[in-house]
Amino acid sequence: MNVFDWIVQLLGIALAVAAAPVLVGWVNQCRAWLQNKSAPSILLPYRGIRKLFHKDAVIAENASRLFRLAPYVVFGTMVTAAAVIPSIATRLPFTQAADAIALVGLLATARVFLSLAAMDVGTAFGTLGARREMMIGFLAEPALLVVIFVVSLTSATTALPLIAERLSAQSFTLTPSLAFTAVAFTMVLLAENARIPIDNPATHLELTMIHEALLLEYSARHLALMEWAAALKLFNYACIGVAVFIPWGIATGHAPLSLAVSIVLLGVKLLFAGAGLALIETLSAKLRVFRAPEFLATAFLFAVLGLLVHLLLGD
Amino acid sequence: MNHGFNSPLTLSLLLLTAWSLVALTGLLRPLSIAFVGRTLFPLGALIGAVLAVVAAVSLYEPAEQIVLPIGLPDLPAHLRLDGLSGVFLILLGATSAGISIFAAGYFRRGEGTAPGLLCLQYHLFLASMGFVLLADDAYAFMLAWETMALSSYFLVTTQHRIPEIREAGFLYLLIAHLGAIAILLSFGVLQGGSWHFTFDAMRAAHLNFHWATIAFCLALIGFGAKAGLVPLHVWLPEAHPAAPSPVSALMSGVMLKTALYGMIRVSFDLLGQPVWWWGLLPLSLGLFSALYGVVFAAAQTDMKRLLAYSSIENIGILFTGLGLAIVFAGAGMRAPAALTLIAVLYHAMNHAFMKSLLFLGTGAVLHATGQRSLGHLGGLIHRMPWVAWLTLIGVLAIAGLPPLNGFVSEWLLLQSFLFAYKVPHPFINMLLPLGAALLALAAALAGYVMVKFFGVIFLGQPREPALKRAHDASFAERLGLAWLALGCVLLGFLPTHVISLFSVVTRQLDLGGLPASDAPWWLLVPIPERQSSYAPLVFFAVIAVVVVLSIIGVRRFYHQRIRRSPAWDCGFGGLNGRMQDTAEGFGQPIRHLFQPFFAIARELPGPLDTHPKYRLEIGDRIWRALYQPLGTLVRRVADKVAWLQQGRIATYLLYSFVTLVVLLALML
Repeated sequence: MNVFDWIVQLLGIALAVAAAPVLVGWVNQCRAWLQNKSAPSILLPYRGIRKLFHKDAVIAENASRLFRLAPYVVFGTMVTAAAVIPSIATRLPFTQAADAIALVGLLATARVFLSLAAMDVGTAFGTLGARREMMIGFLAEPALLVVIFVVSLTSATTALPLIAERLSAQSFTLTPSLAFTAVAFTMVLLAENARIPIDNPATHLELTMIHEALLLEYSARHLALMEWAAALKLFNYACIGVAVFIPWGIATGHAPLSLAVSIVLLGVKLLFAGAGLALIETLSAKLRVFRAPEFLATAFLFAVLGLLVHLLLGD
Repeated sequence: MNHGFNSPLTLSLLLLTAWSLVALTGLLRPLSIAFVGRTLFPLGALIGAVLAVVAAVSLYEPAEQIVLPIGLPDLPAHLRLDGLSGVFLILLGATSAGISIFAAGYFRRGEGTAPGLLCLQYHLFLASMGFVLLADDAYAFMLAWETMALSSYFLVTTQHRIPEIREAGFLYLLIAHLGAIAILLSFGVLQGGSWHFTFDAMRAAHLNFHWATIAFCLALIGFGAKAGLVPLHVWLPEAHPAAPSPVSALMSGVMLKTALYGMIRVSFDLLGQPVWWWGLLPLSLGLFSALYGVVFAAAQTDMKRLLAYSSIENIGILFTGLGLAIVFAGAGMRAPAALTLIAVLYHAMNHAFMKSLLFLGTGAVLHATGQRSLGHLGGLIHRMPWVAWLTLIGVLAIAGLPPLNGFVSEWLLLQSFLFAYKVPHPFINMLLPLGAALLALAAALAGYVMVKFFGVIFLGQPREPALKRAHDASFAERLGLAWLALGCVLLGFLPTHVISLFSVVTRQLDLGGLPASDAPWWLLVPIPERQSSYAPLVFFAVIAVVVVLSIIGVRRFYHQRIRRSPAWDCGFGGLNGRMQDTAEGFGQPIRHLFQPFFAIARELPGPLDTHPKYRLEIGDRIWRALYQPLGTLVRRVADKVAWLQQGRIATYLLYSFVTLVVLLALML
């Protein structure tokens, strides 16, 4: 552990915080192209955040301190999560503080604060959103944990950088267990990030919205932080997927060259991931809220299948 | 061995005696709230805190035994303080300190039983739990166990003028005694033909495989009944809401753990080496209880019932872990067994703190509003900020969120589940990891339940106008809550210290401690070769730093203007507290998803109703399928037997005569 590791660590966090809105912009752009619309600028999310920061915050009369604190906590947990995930390098000092299971716990913390804040003002939408968000959450979390079990059994550790290191040391073979879990993980990613089969990020139709319902009472800087945190969440999930399923090329030291290669490779992987996400969102229709459990139960079963296949074949 | 006056065992005995004395002192001025509340309960709390310290010190000393010539002639009481007893004594002392301080400000006039009597029952309850943990022979154990059951029965029925509470108390007493019979029988088997009922004799006895299995199953039934393991859980959701909140806290936080203590004592200590497949019983029952409890908790509308079901969930988690530890120990995997047992002890300690905290929180709300039903609460964070923020710590802890304590034990348990594939038995080693998946589901659902619990009570708008007059808790109550919240935080932040205490237990139970690692004190690395680590302090520090930096950053670079306005009402106007989601509404997705669990009776209004009525009752299928037929059967048999009671002296004399004749005939 030395000063270079810390620099790489801070670089990784800064990269995540800075690049997260770009990823959202890229997904939106891809989706617009696929749907034959003229695409917005890739930098649009930034402009949105900047605009929101400059506005006056309007807060409901009976909002408590929890309501005002929640955006900072959610943003803070997402930045911490970004620090835990080995996105560009595996020798990160902070990743010792939390392994993959703790990461799941961290994401759950953000979800709970988000839901509590939504219930704070006491409107029908907020509570509705909170209960739907928690429903999606409790269905997605076990699936995500089983995914993590499979990769930790494969690599004999739950520490994410070691998982990435050990999996990237393997040759490029698609093991059946990892294939199943990759499908499960993608489904969890869609559900947890309010993407189309489960939720529509572009809707404000009251009957269907989940994530937007949670944010309905937020404005200005609080909303900006929440949006930024949501972008970071997507970025984090994408980086978990990259680190676990396509880790090849990640820097295992802190040589500048390998780091540069790693950053470029991460960018390319995320470009493909974002395009894939846009494709999924374009090709599928939104499910009714009560079909969401089936969707996530399928994800859970895929993950369990991956686990069983791993234990049976021992790959 | 240290037999002096200052040995931990002697000191603990003195402290337990002090509790009994406090109990009796309550009778001096039975009607004085001031005397009981301001003097006796704080004194009890102090004794609890000292007991915890003494028990913690005892962990660094070898186990010690003492024989006291009390009780029946030729049946002296054997007492022993070892690591396992020590850990549970810490739990008892530390949690009860917070609960007693809270109780000092909680009990008021007009709560049924007179305060002095309540003080007697309460402290007797505490002392008997202590003696359960120290007992080293079956007689002393059963005596303390029964005292515990009886004193808690009277505490549950504090408001004995309400018929429902009497019923709940009776149900509790009934199941407690069924359990006690099973435990008694289990001890009867464990002595193994030596007819010595000391635990030492039981350790020395060599049972053959069948008798050992019978003893284990009986113990599981007996202690499972006390712990509230499904299907013996039915008393729990009735008794907890009936009892005053500090009593619920004590029962849920501490008493249920004595059952866990008994189970660990029997399976790892008295039985010696457990057989691996025994573990599958508590494991599967535990998983089912965890899921069952949490699903029912999500559907409840009474805040204390919700917490009671959540206790069933946590007991389920504890027994799951215990089962896994038995499987590991039986399969000869000592290191994973030690890790799992430590996770179980850790979770027991955590649950004692968090559940007590939550129960006391509901007590404060109950006093401030007089409401137990979630449908009549809401928005209390404005009126009762102390209670709300301290309860929030308990809520986040029990939802298993890092960096608080609930997460640590969950993390340890999941880590130990990752060893399960190494169990050298085909199929089982594949099924066991699925247990981890179910455990994760239960833990995630606990988050749902806790958001509902906190959100509906403390957040939103008040659902009743009367709530605007709610007041915050008194100083003593806040102190009690703060003590328990502090426990949750410390248990979460200092896992390495807690674990080094607990590894005394696993070493004494011959499982060995955790492998040594050269990690610094703030970094938890339970299994060095796996390199999984967790550092809650660093973790929390980073979140805190980011939060503070972002607050400062936003202020520095932008502005901090805030405008208050009414909540957005979609332009219709007239938004009020009753338009919020209800507790029933919040549980609706769960009812929908887990329909087979529930027996739902629903009455929905039709479109033409002039007086629309909505009624929803959620029943327990196990109650209907198992207990109701049993109850009907017992009643029917009792009706038949009642025929014997003709009510005439002549008939009864005839019975005596016939009995005598029959006995004489048999003798000859």
